Amino acid sequence: MTAPPSTGPRRATGTPATTVLGAVALLALTGTVALGLALPLTREQRVYSRLIAIHPPVAWTAYLAVAVTAIASALYLWPRTRDRRWDRVAAASAEVGVVFIALMLATGSIWGRPTWGVWWTWDARLTASALMLVLYLGYLAVRRVPADIEVRARRSAVTALLAIVVVPINHMAVEWWRTLHQGRSLAELDPGSNLDGAFIAAMLLGFLAMTLVYAWLVVHRYRVEALEERLAERGLDAAIAERRAEAVMVDQ
Amino acid sequence: MWRDAVLIAGRDLRIEARSRVVVNQVAPFAVLVLVLFAFALDPDRGVLERAAAGLFWVAVLFSALLAVQRSFSLESADGTRDALRLSGLDPAGIFLGKALAVAAQLAALQVLLGAGIVVLYGTDLGRPALLVATAALATAGLAAAGTVYGILAAGLRVRETLLPLLLLPVVAPVLLAATRAWEAGLASVASEGWPWLRVLGVFAVVYTAVGIAAFGSLLEDA
Repeated sequence: MTAPPSTGPRRATGTPATTVLGAVALLALTGTVALGLALPLTREQRVYSRLIAIHPPVAWTAYLAVAVTAIASALYLWPRTRDRRWDRVAAASAEVGVVFIALMLATGSIWGRPTWGVWWTWDARLTASALMLVLYLGYLAVRRVPADIEVRARRSAVTALLAIVVVPINHMAVEWWRTLHQGRSLAELDPGSNLDGAFIAAMLLGFLAMTLVYAWLVVHRYRVEALEERLAERGLDAAIAERRAEAVMVDQ
Repeated sequence: MWRDAVLIAGRDLRIEARSRVVVNQVAPFAVLVLVLFAFALDPDRGVLERAAAGLFWVAVLFSALLAVQRSFSLESADGTRDALRLSGLDPAGIFLGKALAVAAQLAALQVLLGAGIVVLYGTDLGRPALLVATAALATAGLAAAGTVYGILAAGLRVRETLLPLLLLPVVAPVLLAATRAWEAGLASVASEGWPWLRVLGVFAVVYTAVGIAAFGSLLEDA
């Protein structure tokens, strides 16, 4: 018979530590919303300038997630640091990252509509972000292909490293494409040049809140991944035990 | 490495010469794409002529997808991939060989498509030198990136649907740069076109280097 796993059965992905992390993240998020909604209206953008508490922090978190995925993948591929845990970190971070990239595009689009008059414009950063979203959807697709866990981990790690090579090339190409033809950049349109203190405070709290939310989500996703792996291994053990039992019956 | 590359490229091209899959299937498909663009965009108002460069490169991109799929479906039959792994050939050489074979096929397709836009869209080939230089660098980049992602997807059951999702966002800079360069070349304002070759050059070098470095481990897992 198969021996029960040495670690006790854990059905949930939460621990006291993650509960605290989640509570702090929620608090920071509430604070960001409160500060953001209290921001004064600006002359040019009226109420929409308040998005500064949300959009830049979301974008930062998206890039953070992509960077974490790349680093974890590299650590997995490096023989001395090879550990299945890095693969789980990469997986969790990429999945949360895709959500943040999508949020970045969505909040940017909501901001762009009143400021630029259009939902979407072929600005360099927008185009590069859209390509990044597709790139990491591809990474998640590679992860979903059924395979042995080790094989999948290696293949995913290589895919993540290839993806991180593409991000700067795409940025370079579209940046050039859009600056060669029209000299418009986000910097000019951004109210960032003359921000006052309240805006900076809301944005900084936003950075903290989004990073905490990201960390909380990644920890939970990581544990779900670990549970899935354990389930897969157990399923295999159970199947082997069943076949053995059949063989015994045939012998008798 | 180079000897192995020539060996593999020769093998792939010999298979193509005998099976004629690219000639009989991919080439007609490429021309068909050009015809479909004419149906989609009103052909009589000069839209096609203005968009010729972009349409040409989109057609090249789609054909490149098929060429890469074909290049790696050769390896899936009769356990060829295992044979390749056991052959003792340098993985970097295998990568270069397969990329060279894909590049040769893409170059032939581009000649066909180039004739296609001249005949069907009434385009003038304003500055042939720029056009050819662009095509050469873009082809190198497409073949290298295609081969890297081709082997990545090769062993998977979902490769037909996965490869476009992985490859197209990656080769977006090639489409962008090659189209701008060709627009300049077709309109005979070469000075605007040459700077784009730098993007294509960087892309080709990066993906060739990535392929040489990573192909061995990708082949092991495929």
